[in-house]
Amino acid sequence: MVIWIILLLMTAAAVMAVLWPLSRHRTPTAEQLDPDTQFYREQIAEIERDRERGVLLASEAEAAKAEAGRRLLRATGMMADASATLGEPALRRRRAASTLALSVIPIIALALYGAYGSPQLLTHPPRERAEGQQGSLDLVTAVSQIEAHLAQNPQDGRGWEVVAPVYLRMGRIEDAVKAYEAAVRYLGPSADRLSNYGEVMVLAKDGLVSSEAQKVFEQAVELDNTSPKARYYLAVAAEQDGRLDKAKQAYADLLASSPEGAPWAEVVKQRLAGLGVAQPVVAGQENAPQIGADDIARMVSGLAERLETQGGSPDEWARLIRSYAVLGQHDKARATVERARQVLAQDDAGLKAIDATARELKLTDAGP
Amino acid sequence: MFVEAGHFALALALGLSLIQFVVPLWGARANDPVLMSVGRATGLAVFACIAFAFMALTIAYVTSDFSVVNVVENSHSAKPLIYKISGVWGNHEGSMLLWVLILALCGAVVALARNSIPLRLQANTLAIQGAITIAFLLFILLTSNPFTRIVPAPAEGQDLNPLLQDPGLAIHPPLLYIGYVGFSISFAFAIAALIDGRIDAVWARIVRPWTLGAWAFLTLGIAMGSYWAYYELGWGGWWFWDPVENASLMPWLAGTALLHSTVVMEKRDALKVWTILLAILTFSLSLLGTFLVRSGVLTSVHSFAVDPERGTFILVILILFIGGSLALFAWRAPLLKQGGLFAPVSRESALVVNNLFLATACATVLIGTLYPLALEVVTGEKISVGPPFFNFTFLPLIIPLLLLLPLGQTLAWKRGNFLGTAQRLYMVFGISLVVTMAIFAFEHGGPVAAPLGIGLGVYLVLGSFNEIVARSWSRGTPLAVAWHKAANLPRSTWGAVLAHAGVGLTVIGIAATAWGVEGLATVRVGDRIKAGDYEARLERVVPRMEANYRDDVAVFTIFRQGRELGSLESMKRLYVTRGMPTTEAGIMTVGLGQVYVSLGEVAADGSVGVRLYHKPLVLLIWIGSLVMALGGGVSLMDRRLRIGAPVRAKMVPAAAVPAE
Repeated sequence: MVIWIILLLMTAAAVMAVLWPLSRHRTPTAEQLDPDTQFYREQIAEIERDRERGVLLASEAEAAKAEAGRRLLRATGMMADASATLGEPALRRRRAASTLALSVIPIIALALYGAYGSPQLLTHPPRERAEGQQGSLDLVTAVSQIEAHLAQNPQDGRGWEVVAPVYLRMGRIEDAVKAYEAAVRYLGPSADRLSNYGEVMVLAKDGLVSSEAQKVFEQAVELDNTSPKARYYLAVAAEQDGRLDKAKQAYADLLASSPEGAPWAEVVKQRLAGLGVAQPVVAGQENAPQIGADDIARMVSGLAERLETQGGSPDEWARLIRSYAVLGQHDKARATVERARQVLAQDDAGLKAIDATARELKLTDAGP
Repeated sequence: MFVEAGHFALALALGLSLIQFVVPLWGARANDPVLMSVGRATGLAVFACIAFAFMALTIAYVTSDFSVVNVVENSHSAKPLIYKISGVWGNHEGSMLLWVLILALCGAVVALARNSIPLRLQANTLAIQGAITIAFLLFILLTSNPFTRIVPAPAEGQDLNPLLQDPGLAIHPPLLYIGYVGFSISFAFAIAALIDGRIDAVWARIVRPWTLGAWAFLTLGIAMGSYWAYYELGWGGWWFWDPVENASLMPWLAGTALLHSTVVMEKRDALKVWTILLAILTFSLSLLGTFLVRSGVLTSVHSFAVDPERGTFILVILILFIGGSLALFAWRAPLLKQGGLFAPVSRESALVVNNLFLATACATVLIGTLYPLALEVVTGEKISVGPPFFNFTFLPLIIPLLLLLPLGQTLAWKRGNFLGTAQRLYMVFGISLVVTMAIFAFEHGGPVAAPLGIGLGVYLVLGSFNEIVARSWSRGTPLAVAWHKAANLPRSTWGAVLAHAGVGLTVIGIAATAWGVEGLATVRVGDRIKAGDYEARLERVVPRMEANYRDDVAVFTIFRQGRELGSLESMKRLYVTRGMPTTEAGIMTVGLGQVYVSLGEVAADGSVGVRLYHKPLVLLIWIGSLVMALGGGVSLMDRRLRIGAPVRAKMVPAAAVPAE
């Protein structure tokens, strides 16, 4: 509410800035009405001063003065017309100008602000922001302390394990991968550590379970065959590779062995639903915020269309291939590999990148 | 809350500038001083609103308010305070806001001049200024809004482009923008004069400080940008004929011409129409520069074609203002009264020649900058027009201009005497020739261009100061009297002398680059690398952590002919948030020259690729620019009227002492 009053006051002040001069009578000074005469008079005075100071010789001063005098003569008689401050037309003009100011300023300001501003943020200021910011500042100091410590003792696996999830939260995924890798190296493998490591590898590849990540998850399951995270990602890997039955089975097993209300249950159910396995709808689930499958499909087809019509870099082709693989559309992924090979035929580095992607996604073998 | 109020203030400023455009123009037509005075009030109110908006954005940056998209994209909570503030204009949206802020500031200063500007001229000028403000506020609000919010706010920002995290960036854009935008006032005055159909010495007197100030700031801005590129990009070059640099050079060249023709107009009431045209062209080139830099057309014509919204908008502004003002010029200029006459050999003519050379040089740069773009649009072929083109076209135009400069400065107003002038310069010319020969003999084996260029620079510096000597001393004058006379000369004279001497210093600095030497090697700790007389020994490579980046610091000891000069640090820096590496060159100043060490890759085995340069006299390039801007400042201090005493027709003996 307070903010609306402030905006109102600002508008009022802006309008007043226009109305105020309109409400005053002022007669312009002689100088403003007849600047030329004034200018040449000053110039003649200046020449006189210069002559006295010895900057100009007497003859020069005379010549300059004669010239300024000629111009002064020409300038007199060119005085501006008497100004029109009084009378009915002047009053009408003032009223029209006031109306213009009273209407134009608030309308434009409100229309533009309404269209582009975020007034809803005024009445409900995002309060959690302030706290989050405080937290992030502390976080940054903490991270830099840990980093300094790790620079001294790079073999402190515990330090790497502490800092890794923090990197993840800060969006520094590459650093998180390195940190988990170091943690695994110095603290030795454990199911949790390995599955976290695998997860950041997946995140670093935009959701794709690479063959290296798959190996990490397999190792985690060997150590502890109940590890839900590792089993989940192995199922995702199976889905990506097109082994849909295996994926369904793995998801179902995971769901069956999960305790009631496990946090990952929802995600697994969605995965199963995506594979065409009916699931009982849990109340409230439909309200959960998520990006719909339609949105993803639209984004992917947009990318495909753009690459087809305008071309693109090998990286973009690889991303499209990956997207199809992640969506489980292996035929399309394979077709895209072929298409990319044609388009990038001249580009050796590009071809290598596409082949590498295809190998990674196991798209090169005939049939799923 | 501040962010939203700032956003609203920007929208209010748009409404106010609409009033600022319409009402004073109407008042000037109806000859109603009350309506005309609205221009002043709105000019101040627009400035207040935009200043508030700018402050709101700055607060958002300083407090790292990541609910603002612009802050998220260009800031980081761990960034030092100064870069949080400079980050405000280190991005497209914020820099456009700075642009209109300076525009509004200039308008407010015009509005505050109560009695020194005739009412009608002031009203028309403020109206034109209002029109420019409208165009750019619309551009900001519709296509480049810095106040767009994001909910929920991310926890951390993406950091400012590391190349821009530098003190140079903190001051370079504001200086440059004051220059660009200052010319908008000259432009507004020119259009106002065309609308009113009146232009005279009074007009020139009012416009001169604006042109002079804008020119001095633009000079500083360009010099600052050049020095920044020199030490931050790590290539050791100081001018790349890059389109972005050309975009600022073109208004500078046109502005220099404008500066000189305004002097003729104020002192001699001549060259009126040409001055108006130059004022229009100078600001048009500023707008063109803004378009080139801000539309993204330079990175690729195609990126512009893919996301054309901003570029098209600026293009429309460009066409509207340049086309409109030139059309107005074509219509109204023939109605302007022609002023004073002058002989073919006179100071006036010399300044016309100066203007022609500068305008042609400006046209070459324009062609060199726009031709590749036009070619890419038409044929899709991407070419780059680099130093060879500019060396072949720009230098032949600038060198004769520089050779004529001291001559023109010595000529008398209205009727000059070429022989008499040449006689007064023979000492200067002689000394410069001796210097050139001496350097040539001493530095045998070096490139020929260097002694010639240095000779030209010496000639310019001496020629400039010759003006002071000629006006205060003649044979037989006691030194004390001469000194007193010299000190008594108008500050505007001293300003001109300083500015011209600054050009000479810059020329010397540029010519000396021909002597620069370079060494390139991969070295390990303890190894040496050599360039000319200079050697650098790599002492150690150590890592160093800072809040938002980490450095690999290489410490070198520098030797000259085996004698130790000291040590310097050169760095390879990685900004963690963007994962972007930069080089921080290590620079040691020896006299007026510099030793410059730039790091390449640091290999795993500890060996480092190193470039070592020695650049003699390189600092003169920027010192010269500073002296030029200082000259502009000194002249700006001189509030007195400018007088050009004419030489009368009857008295032209060869030995006469021409005035001023």
